[in-house]
Amino acid sequence: MSRLTALTLAEARDGLRAKRFSARELAEAYIAAMEAARPLNAYITETPERALAMATQSDERRARGAARPLDGIPIAVKDVFCTKGVLTTAASHILNGFHPPYESTVTQRLWAAGAIMLGKTNLDEFAMGSSNTTSHYGPVFNPWKKPGDNRPLVPGGSSGGSAAAVAAHAALAATGTDTGGSIRQPASYCGIVGLKPSYGRCSRWGVVAYASSLDHPGPLARTVEDAAILLGAIAGYDPKDSTSASLPVPDYEAALSGDVRGLRIGVPREYRADGMPAEIERLWEQGVEWLREAGAEPIEVSLPMTRYALPAYYIIAPAEASSNLARYDGVRFGLRVPGDSLEEMYELTRAAGFGPEVKRRILMGTYVLSAGYYDAYYLKAQRVRALIARDFAAAFERVDCLLTPTVPSAAFAIGENMDDPIAMYLNDVFTVPANLAGLPALSVPAGLSADGLPLGLQVIGRAFDEATVLRVGEVLETAAGFTHRPVETMIDGR
Amino acid sequence: MALDKATVARIAALARIRLDEAELEPLAAEMSHILRWVEQLGEVDTSSVAPMSSAAATGLPMREDEITDGNCEDAILGNAPRTERGFFAVPKVVE
Repeated sequence: MSRLTALTLAEARDGLRAKRFSARELAEAYIAAMEAARPLNAYITETPERALAMATQSDERRARGAARPLDGIPIAVKDVFCTKGVLTTAASHILNGFHPPYESTVTQRLWAAGAIMLGKTNLDEFAMGSSNTTSHYGPVFNPWKKPGDNRPLVPGGSSGGSAAAVAAHAALAATGTDTGGSIRQPASYCGIVGLKPSYGRCSRWGVVAYASSLDHPGPLARTVEDAAILLGAIAGYDPKDSTSASLPVPDYEAALSGDVRGLRIGVPREYRADGMPAEIERLWEQGVEWLREAGAEPIEVSLPMTRYALPAYYIIAPAEASSNLARYDGVRFGLRVPGDSLEEMYELTRAAGFGPEVKRRILMGTYVLSAGYYDAYYLKAQRVRALIARDFAAAFERVDCLLTPTVPSAAFAIGENMDDPIAMYLNDVFTVPANLAGLPALSVPAGLSADGLPLGLQVIGRAFDEATVLRVGEVLETAAGFTHRPVETMIDGR
Repeated sequence: MALDKATVARIAALARIRLDEAELEPLAAEMSHILRWVEQLGEVDTSSVAPMSSAAATGLPMREDEITDGNCEDAILGNAPRTERGFFAVPKVVE
C-alpha cells in the first residue's frame, strides 16, 4: 500500500469513498506519523484513542451508506479551540488543566462532517507571536531546515504547531486562527497553504479570545483545494457568535475553475517596502507574471495607509487583549496561586500564569485604554483602521483581488528577532492590513529562497469573496508547481 | 512618550499583574520603545474619519430575552480551582 500520509485531503477523501482503505487505517497511519514527528513539538496534546474511536464510527457510517463530507479525515486542532473534555491550553500556564465543558463551533462542524481529531497543536501563548517561541509548552520546530545547516528554524506563529504538523505530514490538515497573520505567516514558513477567511465567515464561538475584532479562525492545508474543502465545512452563520455573518456559504470546491481570464489583479505599490529582499520581490513579480499568462490583468494600485497598519494593530490588538484576558483571575478555571486577599490572589495568579510577551501586551493594552490616553492612542488607531479599510475599498473598485508577498522573509532561526519586539512584529507587515479590514487572504507556497526555504504569495480578496481568492490561489499553485518537501524524511512516519 | 517605572507599576496594578521591582525598568524601556514606534500614527490626518471598532458590517443582532441554557452547575464548576457547596470559593473579602 502506498503511504497514506502522502495523500492530500481530496485524495484521501476519494480513497475512503472508493474503499481503497478504511478510516481506521488512515487514522493509524497518522497516529504513527504524529508519534514520529514528536521532535518538532507540534502537538501539545495527542488524542490517539479518540482518533481511533472516531475512525471506527466513521467506518461504520460508511458501511451503512451514511458517510458525511469529511468522513474519516484526520485533522489537528490549534489548541485555542475548545474541545469538550480535552485539555485546552492556548499554550499558556494560566489555563493549566482546563478541560472545556463545551465544543467550539468550528470543531463541532468538523466532527459533524465526519472528520477525526488527532490532537491539539502548539502555538504562541494566547496566539501572540510570529515564531511559536512563546509557548508554555516549549517552541515548535519547523520541519524545514536550510540544506547543509542544522540550526532549527521557527515554524512561524502563532499557528506554528498546526503548520509544522501539516508540513511534516503529521496531520492531513489543521485549524488555525489569524489575528495579524497567524495562519498565513506560518503557512508561508512551512511551505503549505493557509487561509484567513473574512471576518464573520467562521464562528469565533469557543475560540480562546486574543483580540476579538481581529481574530479569524481558518484552515491550514497542503493544497488550495484542501483549504477550499475545509472552509466549506467550517464556514457559516452561528447565532452563538454575535459577529457571525448571516450569509450563504458557496461551494468553494466548485469555485476552483482554474479560469482567471479577465480578472483584474491589483499589485499594491506600497507593499514594495524598503529593504525587501530581492528574492521576495522576484517571486512577487513571478506571481504577477503567472497570473498574466493565465489571462488575468495585473493593475498597479495604491494603498497609501499600508505603513500605518502595523502600529495601529499594536495598539488595537493589545487593547482588546487586555480586556479579553481580564477573565483569567484564578477563580473559575485554570491556574490559581493562593494569596492572603482576593486582590493578591489575582495578582500572583496572573504573574505566574502569563509569559513575558502576554504580560507586555496586557500592559500596553491597559496603558492605551487608561484615562488620558484612550483618545490619543486607542481612538486614533481605530480611526487609522477606518482609513486602511477605506484604502482597500477604493482598490476593490478597480480590481478583483490583490497579490502580495505573504511575509518579507523566509523562516528564521530559533532565537533570532528576540531582542527587539518591533523586529518580531515586522514579520506581520504584509498580513496585518487584511485583519484590520476583515478581508479574506490566502497564502500559497510559490517558491524557495536562495537558502532553500519556502516562500509564500498572498491573495487578498473582497469581503466574503473567498471563492475568487481560492480560484486565483489555485492558479498560482498550479503555475508554481511547488512540490518541495522538508528534508527530514524521518518525520514522515514510515 | 517615555514611560517611567512608576507608570509601569501603576499600569501593572490596574492589570492585576504582580511585577518584581527588577522587572519594572526593562518593561519601561520596552514599552517606551513600542510607544515611540506607534506614535507615528500622529502623522495621519484622521480629523474627518470615525473610529472603526470592527469589520462586522451590522450592529449587534437582537434575540428574544429568554432562557436558552442552564441547569449545568457541575459543568460550570468543573474547572474551578476551589468550590464550596456549589459556589466558586475565593479568599475572604469582608472582614
